[in-house]
Amino acid sequence: MKLDQATIARLAEYLETCELEARDTPKITDEYPDMDWDDAYAIQDSIRARKIARGTRIVGLKAGLTSFAKMKQMGVETPVFGFITDYGSIPDGGEVKVSELIHPKIEPEIAFVMKRALKGPGCHIGAVLAATDFVIPGMEVIDSRYRDFKFDLKSVIADNTSSARFVVGGLPQAVSEVDLRTVGIVMEKNGEPVAFGAGAAVLGHPAAAIAALANHLGARGEEIPAGALILSGGITEAVAVQAGDSVTLRVQGMGSVSIRFK
Amino acid sequence: MDKSLITRLGDELYDALVARQTLVPLTQRHPEITIEDAYQIQQQMIARRLAAGERVVGKKIGVTSKVVMDMLDVRQPDFGWLLDGMVYNEGQSIPADSLIQPRAEGEIAFLLKKDLTGPGVTASDVLAATEGVMACFEIVDSRIQDWKIRIQDTVADNASCGVLVLGDRMVDPRKVDLATCGMVLEKNGEIVGTGSGAAALGHPCNAMAWLANTLGRLGISLKAGDIVLSGSLAALIPVKAGDNLRVTIGGIGGCSVRFN
Repeated sequence: MKLDQATIARLAEYLETCELEARDTPKITDEYPDMDWDDAYAIQDSIRARKIARGTRIVGLKAGLTSFAKMKQMGVETPVFGFITDYGSIPDGGEVKVSELIHPKIEPEIAFVMKRALKGPGCHIGAVLAATDFVIPGMEVIDSRYRDFKFDLKSVIADNTSSARFVVGGLPQAVSEVDLRTVGIVMEKNGEPVAFGAGAAVLGHPAAAIAALANHLGARGEEIPAGALILSGGITEAVAVQAGDSVTLRVQGMGSVSIRFK
Repeated sequence: MDKSLITRLGDELYDALVARQTLVPLTQRHPEITIEDAYQIQQQMIARRLAAGERVVGKKIGVTSKVVMDMLDVRQPDFGWLLDGMVYNEGQSIPADSLIQPRAEGEIAFLLKKDLTGPGVTASDVLAATEGVMACFEIVDSRIQDWKIRIQDTVADNASCGVLVLGDRMVDPRKVDLATCGMVLEKNGEIVGTGSGAAALGHPCNAMAWLANTLGRLGISLKAGDIVLSGSLAALIPVKAGDNLRVTIGGIGGCSVRFN
């Protein structure tokens, strides 16, 4: 840790205020270039604590920067992780108010719902599949609080990995019923197909992102709780959205899920 | 365009193919070439191959994604001819020096059990006429210098077709959602691309129907027994000797190929 508690608390308050007021900011590492990974997650934890104190429920977890291309571009070997909230949850077919966000983008994902707690280190794909209740199509609306999405890894971790809104829906599947590596997706914006991919775009297999999350939490003495909803990471590049857009994700053998922007 | 020029350009492309050499883009030398002219040049190139003893085994559809359409500034696909000399099967190796500047595309191949004659062919006609679908590689190659192609160049050059590799399994198209089936492309063990069926004109059957209807206007039918490559599902991957590629398509199967 390079930052003191007071600085961490101040940065958490600053970033959370940016989120709540839909205001962008230059990345925080401009001011604190020496901050380390532990500092970044400590700021994220402090944001989480502020929300819980205000009555927000944490409904799940998310992985970000899960594609090999993105990780190579950012110079890292593991994804980054964040949390998702009750107020971020949008019902299937529901509406996102664009005025509450800065510059939203949307990503297609496979969401996992766990039936058992999962604790690293040593967590592998097999353990993830055994602990999964079902998988279901999901989309995450990301909204970096950093100006023009210009950030480095530590800044994005502190900013709860750009988490903003999410939707899950469609046909839940047991993991034994679907090949999560080759499962295909088509994301359509206003009826036009705009993004295509397969599960393997996420670390070679979406369950590998869940294992990495369990191992990350394990190193901090924490675990993925039973019942957790986890967004395993974007299968394609995020697509920019604006008021008036509607987006539908179709997943092979798992139906579809939709969201609208107002 | 002058008939003798069409013949000459078709001959040039055929000679370049045989000699594994490239040409200055035709559109640079003859900016007046239309897409219709380009298809006639293609016919001449194919006529030379047939005269040399090859047989037609099917068709390929190209320029099926928005990205490639935008790159070539067109709003419709193109097509080329598949000949028996182009066909490889699952697990075979391809001599890299048999090609000029090869790139690999993961695609869904259709094997027809009935003729399809446009106009008026719909996506459901395509399904009804299909024996099965397979994962495949199309190894595209260009006889045009450094792939500096405009739409007329690639059409004239048999839609930049090189060779194709058919995969390990054939599946009834009624048993798979061809729009959402996912494709994973690996080169030397590394994932280099993913996509899904909808990347080809929204649905591979849309591309197939486009082809049947386009050929119908030219008085050509797709025949029972034809193989048709329905369009790339992700970005093209450059390949060279020593590369080992695999494509897997969810619910359909896989296809492997090596270059030596």
